[in-house]
Amino acid sequence: MTTFTAMGELLALRGLGWGDVLQLWAHFMLLSLLAVGGAITTAPDMQRWLVGEQGWMSDAQFTAGVAIAQAAPGPNILFVAVMGWQVAGAAGVAATMLGIMGPSSLLALAVARFGQRRADSIALRAFTAGLMPLTLGLLLSTGWVLTAPTRGEWMAGLLVLGTVVVMVRTRISPMWLVAAGAVLGALALG
Amino acid sequence: MNAGPPLRQPASSAELFRVFNRLALQGFGGVLPVAHRALVERERWLSPAQFVELLTLGQVLPGPNIINMALIIGDRSFGWRGALAACAGLLTVPMFIVLALATAYGYYAGNALVAGALRGMGAVAAGLILATAVKLLRTLKTNPLGLPWCGVLGGATLVMVGFLRWPMVWVVLGLGGVGMALAWRRLRPPAGAA
Repeated sequence: MTTFTAMGELLALRGLGWGDVLQLWAHFMLLSLLAVGGAITTAPDMQRWLVGEQGWMSDAQFTAGVAIAQAAPGPNILFVAVMGWQVAGAAGVAATMLGIMGPSSLLALAVARFGQRRADSIALRAFTAGLMPLTLGLLLSTGWVLTAPTRGEWMAGLLVLGTVVVMVRTRISPMWLVAAGAVLGALALG
Repeated sequence: MNAGPPLRQPASSAELFRVFNRLALQGFGGVLPVAHRALVERERWLSPAQFVELLTLGQVLPGPNIINMALIIGDRSFGWRGALAACAGLLTVPMFIVLALATAYGYYAGNALVAGALRGMGAVAAGLILATAVKLLRTLKTNPLGLPWCGVLGGATLVMVGFLRWPMVWVVLGLGGVGMALAWRRLRPPAGAA
């Protein structure tokens, strides 16, 4: 009985249909190939689509998801799993993770096997150099989007600024900053 | 020349899983620094030069660097089984931890202390990503596009994706195309020179 309940909860789509899950998968597959500066650069588009267009989660949930993934050990890309989990449970995790990993992984393996190194060719250098400013713009966009739930609160603004200064000036592990953010947030942003 | 101890090969897919699992669990706030210590210094699967080479390749390819690196190392040793084992090692256990935390957050999101803590952590998360952007600014000095063009393209991306919330596909294809074409023109040896 309880096993069935647990299974049911795991497979619950949280109100979404299987068509929605397929859409989720397709959207994250598209983002997979656009993630040239790492998966986090696609966060603004995930937020635009999941929060703005589909209304499947709130600003607060989105930012909390990224924060939870950064506080936990493991590759940062796991924030994508949290998005899937919050939207549609286990099926959502499968959709977002297979989507964001699939195309880029196949491409990486294909290049590793057949392309071999030509990292100094002009075409490749033009590719990376031409996209570098976009990566920067996307990272700035991500930072901006993540501040959405706390915009206008001076304490949160200080935390953002303080984090940037400490990260640029020192070699302190980001783990301590996340911990400090949790404590200060619990005291002042509740 | 640099006669360090000789390089080894991963013994099995199971070893690939174990090594990548261990380094993933040690990596708080990014796995790459830990990856260098584990793959180059401890396991000696890669020379320092090979590590940098894989990292450069990972930067050109879409997708997370560390995942691409694990896939390629695994694939070179044991084909697709190795790639799968390395990637699964990196993701499986950390994923359960992250999802457990997310579930716990779901239960306690109504609690003011928890909600506040997550808002604080969210602000730090924003700061961490902005700091990456600030560090990246320095690398633009050597970009063949030159600083003014970098500023225009980066600024336009921020406005379109961050503020106007346009779909990323069109922005990346459009502005990215312009950036690559400009970079191509500047890197190409001048016609007739040789």
